[in-house]
Amino acid sequence: MNIIYLLLGLSIVIAVLFLTAFFWANKSGQNDDLYTPSVRMLFDDEPKQPGKEQSDEDHIQT
Amino acid sequence: MKETIILSVDTQCYHCGDSLPHTPFSSGDKQFCCAGCKSVYLILSSHRLTNYYTYNAVPGATQKKTETHFDYLDEPGIAADLIDYTDDQTTVITLFIPAIHCSSCIWLLENLYKINPGISNSRIDFPKKQVSITFKNQLISLRGTAELLTSVGYEPLISLQDMVKKQQSDHSERNLVTKIAVAGFCFSNVMMLSFPEYFGFSAFEKNFQTFFNWINLALAVPVMLYSARDYFISAWTNLRNGVLNLDFPLALGIAVMFLRSAAEIVSHTGSGFIDTLCSLVFFILIGKWMQHRTYHYLSFERDYRSYFPVAVTCIKEGKEQSVPLNELKTGQRILIRSNEIIPADAILLKGEAKLDFSFVTGESQPVEKVLGEVIYAGGRQLMGAIELEVVKAVSQSYLTKLWNNETFVGKKDPIQTFSHTVSKYFSIGLLLVATAAGLFWINTDINRAVASFTAVLIIACPCALALSSPFTLAAVLSVFDKNKFYLKSTAVIEELARIDTIVFDKTGTITNPAANGFQFTGTLSTPEKQLVSDLARNSGHPLSRELVKWLNLDAVYPVDEYREMVGRGISGIVNGHQLKIGSAAFLGISIVHKGSVVHVLADNHYCGYFVSEQRWRPGFKELALKLGQDNDLHLLSGDQDHDRELLTPFFSRMQQLHFKQSPQDKLDYILALQNKGARVMMLGDGLNDAGALRQSNLGIAVTDDINNFSPGCDGILDGTAFEKLPQFIRQAKDAVKVIRMSFVISILYNMAGLFFAVQGLLSPLIAAILMPLSTVTIILFTTLAARFYAGKNNLS
Repeated sequence: MNIIYLLLGLSIVIAVLFLTAFFWANKSGQNDDLYTPSVRMLFDDEPKQPGKEQSDEDHIQT
Repeated sequence: MKETIILSVDTQCYHCGDSLPHTPFSSGDKQFCCAGCKSVYLILSSHRLTNYYTYNAVPGATQKKTETHFDYLDEPGIAADLIDYTDDQTTVITLFIPAIHCSSCIWLLENLYKINPGISNSRIDFPKKQVSITFKNQLISLRGTAELLTSVGYEPLISLQDMVKKQQSDHSERNLVTKIAVAGFCFSNVMMLSFPEYFGFSAFEKNFQTFFNWINLALAVPVMLYSARDYFISAWTNLRNGVLNLDFPLALGIAVMFLRSAAEIVSHTGSGFIDTLCSLVFFILIGKWMQHRTYHYLSFERDYRSYFPVAVTCIKEGKEQSVPLNELKTGQRILIRSNEIIPADAILLKGEAKLDFSFVTGESQPVEKVLGEVIYAGGRQLMGAIELEVVKAVSQSYLTKLWNNETFVGKKDPIQTFSHTVSKYFSIGLLLVATAAGLFWINTDINRAVASFTAVLIIACPCALALSSPFTLAAVLSVFDKNKFYLKSTAVIEELARIDTIVFDKTGTITNPAANGFQFTGTLSTPEKQLVSDLARNSGHPLSRELVKWLNLDAVYPVDEYREMVGRGISGIVNGHQLKIGSAAFLGISIVHKGSVVHVLADNHYCGYFVSEQRWRPGFKELALKLGQDNDLHLLSGDQDHDRELLTPFFSRMQQLHFKQSPQDKLDYILALQNKGARVMMLGDGLNDAGALRQSNLGIAVTDDINNFSPGCDGILDGTAFEKLPQFIRQAKDAVKVIRMSFVISILYNMAGLFFAVQGLLSPLIAAILMPLSTVTIILFTTLAARFYAGKNNLS
């Protein structure tokens, strides 16, 4: 059962790593604006050929 | 869906969606309402950015406004105050753009680099309506950036006050989130290690128990020192000032819990209450976050500085130069263009002055001034450019002096909240019970005396109580938000429930500035009405636009030889008839009439005149009736008393209608009401109400565009939600009721815990069950009850 000491230590170390990652994300302002990225990711990529019309099938209504 | 878009394109501007004039501006198959909208479209299409129009139909804002000058951004002193970062190569600036409203806005503003290669990067913060732009100094200037934004229809709003504000960091919310993260991390790990304890250890596991306890204790340290720190600081500072707030029993409970747990763990007598400690801190921090969470990014602290321009054009030896407002000195000669605001008391030297003081004095009629007359700051010039000599510095002028009043110097008294009032008695009661329990056991069993004393402090730690207000009020706040009533803080809701006297301002508050009515004196046939409508449609003047709206006729005839004299009138040939509408002087007739009058002259025959009348906001009559039942209604207007008779039916007592009130009069009037014991809510909209809004117990600014300037206040009410005011007050009263009910529930839980605690029998398991159970009950109850009442009050 002594393996528990090791497992417990590992689990806390990993959890601390995640916590640090969260600190970093928070500090760099990733949680400041939770809305805009959700819209930004839905924009179409630029057309490869210049002048080619974009389809307007997918309207995004906010 | 698609069909409606196609249909609408024929009658609406492709850019902004406004209805088209008789001869629309067109480009290809697209039609526009004005030259501004068309030019935006041309810029976008020439840079292949027409995707802007595919994400949303009619995404643009109307471009009919007059242009703003950004010359002052070339002054290094002003620019330095605005920018976030600069070096030789690049500059970063964050600008507030009120026009941001849809996904097309995000798309376009993040593709700015395609229009001008000088822009290297632009990022939008949609909820805050801000764009952060990085640009190359060699290719584009700050002024160029602002003009680029304006050219695509996104004019940045730059004001003195926002510049000041930028320097204060707003990292408090980030810090709170970090504290919650730490508390949550420790809480979950402690729970994991405490579980074996709940089920009991068998003999061979006993050495694990000690090990787990030590880790628990170690995990509690960051919770104590970091997450819960604010509670200790707040309790201590309040205690020193002789105030017992809710933070005191919370801090005491947390401290006692930690000390007793540490003692038990070190002496191997038990495993303490670390799990309860961590969950408690975690939950109360979430409550705090709910309370301070912002659903909207509105400024409630504005004063004249954000109404005034950042800089003003000075004339020095015949040259124009931008000077920051705070460097403006007496004796300087300034140039004010059409639609600009006079920033300081000044003497008119050159040009024709016709000024709109409605925002400052509440007077709705424009004021004409002659050469050599002193013009007070705050008026908006309606005619062409004028030159003036400054006689008083900006901060010393007639209008801005209001802010030197003592009401603005001190801090407004904090609102008395229910939990604040209760916590005093709660803390005293708690200490009495704890001491009594300790004294009861002290002669028989000293250990049991200590155990019961500490157990009472632990179990009665008012976690549920601390959560009931934030959760109820946060729910109500979000309901209000959806109904376009924006409040500064949750405490304002409790104040709203206590109001017994309501004071209204007139112009802009109970009258709707956008919906004027007209009354015609004289004779005007239906075909003539059509001619007037067609002529006025061409003008951008507010009075013409209102007239067109009021006449409500379709565009029929085109206009030839159209001429517009700014501030005087318009003329043209419509369907073969020579038509002139405007002021008496413009028509060459000698009729004197007070008020906003539009005379009509058709084929040299005088038809009569339109008089503009203000209209009450929709639902004002019902609102006054409803509010009048429980509240004392007053009216304070800066205007002349020509509306007195119209308003009398709405107010039960004639003597409570006051006209020609100066900003200072309004403030004094509120003070007099308060001295009689009234709890006053003031509804106003202009700078002249700023003093009264500040002095009142609850100042609400009414505005038709929440992005526009509104004076410092406790809440901003959108004009369209004005009629819901009685419902908002009802909801606030219900919210206080919910808080009281949840208080009773949390007291019941405390009683149950105290039953074990006073006997010295409180086990960690009972504490660990009771605490989260009461918390969850309160969160569920308050949120559901607040929503239930919102439904009852028709606030979806």
